[in-house]
Amino acid sequence: MTGTAKNPEYDFLWCPGCGDFGVRRALEFAMRDWNIEREIPMSHNVVVAGIGCSGNLVHLYEGEQPYGFHGIHGRSLPLALGVKMAREDLNVVVVAGDGDFLSIGMEHIAPQAARNLNICAVIMDNGVYGLTKGQSSPTTVEDTVTSSTPYGKLEATLNPLDLYLTLGVTYIASGYSTKPRDLAAMIKRGMEHDGFSIVHVNSPCTTYNDTYALLKGNKAKGIDPLAWEIPDDHDATSKSAAREIIEQGGVPLGVVYQDDSRPSLDQRMSGVRERVTARSPQSLLDAFSV
Amino acid sequence: MASRSEIIVRFAGEGGQGVVTAAEMLARAATGVGYHALTFATFPSQILGGPTWTQARVSRTPVESPGDAIDILVAFNDEAYHEHRTEVHDGGIILLDPSITPLPDEHLRCVTVPFDELAKQTGESRAANMVVMGGLSRLINMDVNYFKEFVSQRFAGRDKVVEANHMALDLGLAHLAEEDPISDLGEPEKPDYEQVFIKGNDALSVGALHAGIDFYFGYPISPATPVLVYMERNLVGEGKFAYQASSEIEAITGIVGAGFAGKKSMTATSGPGFTLMGEGIGLAWMAEIPCVIVDVQRGGPATGLPTKTEQSDLNAALSPAHGDSSIPVLAVGSVEECFFGAVQAFNWAERYQGPVILLSEHSLAERAQNIPKPDLAATPVESRNVYKGENGYLRYESTEISPFPVPGGAGAYVANGSEHDIYGDTTHLAKYHIHMTERRFSKLKLLEDGAYESDNASASVAVMPWGGSKGSGLEAFRQLRSAGVDIAWYYTMFLNPLPAALLDELRSKDLVLVPELNYQGQFASVLRSLGVRAEAITQYTGLPFRPTELGERIKARLAGAGQPQAVNA
Repeated sequence: MTGTAKNPEYDFLWCPGCGDFGVRRALEFAMRDWNIEREIPMSHNVVVAGIGCSGNLVHLYEGEQPYGFHGIHGRSLPLALGVKMAREDLNVVVVAGDGDFLSIGMEHIAPQAARNLNICAVIMDNGVYGLTKGQSSPTTVEDTVTSSTPYGKLEATLNPLDLYLTLGVTYIASGYSTKPRDLAAMIKRGMEHDGFSIVHVNSPCTTYNDTYALLKGNKAKGIDPLAWEIPDDHDATSKSAAREIIEQGGVPLGVVYQDDSRPSLDQRMSGVRERVTARSPQSLLDAFSV
Repeated sequence: MASRSEIIVRFAGEGGQGVVTAAEMLARAATGVGYHALTFATFPSQILGGPTWTQARVSRTPVESPGDAIDILVAFNDEAYHEHRTEVHDGGIILLDPSITPLPDEHLRCVTVPFDELAKQTGESRAANMVVMGGLSRLINMDVNYFKEFVSQRFAGRDKVVEANHMALDLGLAHLAEEDPISDLGEPEKPDYEQVFIKGNDALSVGALHAGIDFYFGYPISPATPVLVYMERNLVGEGKFAYQASSEIEAITGIVGAGFAGKKSMTATSGPGFTLMGEGIGLAWMAEIPCVIVDVQRGGPATGLPTKTEQSDLNAALSPAHGDSSIPVLAVGSVEECFFGAVQAFNWAERYQGPVILLSEHSLAERAQNIPKPDLAATPVESRNVYKGENGYLRYESTEISPFPVPGGAGAYVANGSEHDIYGDTTHLAKYHIHMTERRFSKLKLLEDGAYESDNASASVAVMPWGGSKGSGLEAFRQLRSAGVDIAWYYTMFLNPLPAALLDELRSKDLVLVPELNYQGQFASVLRSLGVRAEAITQYTGLPFRPTELGERIKARLAGAGQPQAVNA
């Protein structure tokens, strides 16, 4: 969409009850507050979207529109790197799903963590490939029968928070799509963090992997909730405390880890710029003079 | 002693013996005093050791290619001697260490110089190269002082090194004082214009910097790595970014992101990396993002021949991505064109708002040559038409090219790799797929005014090489013309789209012969698809054409004796 006008012909729909509705709302809240606090126009925000149901958030975003880039499958992180390192003044947010980010796009997480790329990735994890109709993803639970695992998923279930912590991501938050206000706060804190931030959101797929009951629990059915609030006294700056949270299992809600001590890639680049004098093309050419 | 206007010296040995620097040193020293020179190098794909050779062609007049047979072979070891001796022409010289026992050969003159032993006398054991140069200065009758000047400049401030190297030159010269020179190059005539001595990859990098590159992202790969190294060192300053990517997939997507953010962006790779970039190039075409992708070709497919030269990526360059697309392609044919081609590639990308492929190749990338210094002030640079209006702009509404909104400014839209409507939102509607497909292809019209060369254009048969075969092709063409053969010459850097006027001319010919370094005759095939009666003259040895050999093949074809070359095998 452009400006604030609705696009009358855009007909993509999330299924009723899709968790991504809540994530979109949370991102809208976070970005609105971010703009107000900094007194910057919406045009300073770029949403880089992966391919999958979640990536369509960039088209379904309501209200005044940020810039968007809906790229190719699995490559939202390097696209975001290009935007951010080309224009360090922009607020760059990635929106992607577990298939896009953690399967085909897995290779891009480690380098961005090592660089501490100053962007915020909001991952909508529904534990399934929704748009291609129900295949298993890295976060699909082991032994689950899906259309691509007819005899049960033979691979171990990936724990994304564990992965992020191991790779050195400097801001890790874990959320749940039904709590957009809490989520918005986590996303905004991720935007504010100078470095690589990932807000990992459990965003259920009502069609192929409806985990609402599992996440919230159901006393009548005797289901204990998977989601649990991280206690207020958790020291998010401690890696060992973060690991303890992750190892408790389930879906912790809140900021798991935040390391503000490492400079981000753009800060490191500014350091290089201070040390190195740029030479003009003419002077570079003259260096080859016969 | 015969007087010849040029000489070719090949240095062969093992990596680490100074073979790589020898040819460059000879060429540098020669161009420093006014000769023209170019080098050709081929290395083993390993850090130390392995058979390697380089050669320098030195001439009183400008040269266009590595040339034909060798005049002097400098063999640093037994293997090199046996491998290369047959490429020395009759009457040529082989310069070797006494530890090598030459075969009896009445057509060649073998001259021994104890390289290492003499070097040790100087106190600088690494001066073996200079002993060789001293001996060479006698054999090609080039004043040893030219080398001494070069040494003094190269090692300025390091008196001991200069002294040792000067001594090595004198020792080498003294050792061969009684040998007859092979020929007399004659006194050099310093060109009356400014020159640079530069390698293809460096010229390409400087061209990109002149074009205004902001953003470089690339992954190491032979033979494109020098571009990455040059950019990381020199593309610095406010708003500039040069960085090593974790893969070619990251590299291409990163430069597309930077292009979207309003910057001039580029990556350089070679065959295997180029293949990985296919989807990202398609994204840039689809979302209409300017960016430049350099493919410094080597032999392929897969890992192929990493350190040899080939022109076999043209098909891939024209069609790197799936789906309906026609990616603009430029191919450079000389070190000079490496500079101008890079500028043009950026200009094209900015003008039509999309990805542009710049093809170079190993033989040019590593070629060091004296060229007229490019006049930056006279080399125009284009930048995209940026949207400067209010919000509410529809980026993709027009059926033709339209202003480019830059994040941070008005005109927010979604750049989309999925088919999209006029808002940039994903669509499956036929009317938009038609609209956008036609819009994307219509922009290619902006690129049909490329320059081209022609000579003796009235002939009904033409020769038209592309890329790095230009030099050999041009020299073959000149030989044919001096032999009275009526043949036309055509050449352009702009392969897709071809200059419209050139295409018209080519279509009028009875036969267009296309020398190219691949098995399939890729460019000839493209030309035939455009209605040109084209036929390839192919070679797939990993080495460039030899001009005289190429001339003979053209002549044979014209005489009807040559078999048509492999076509779309």
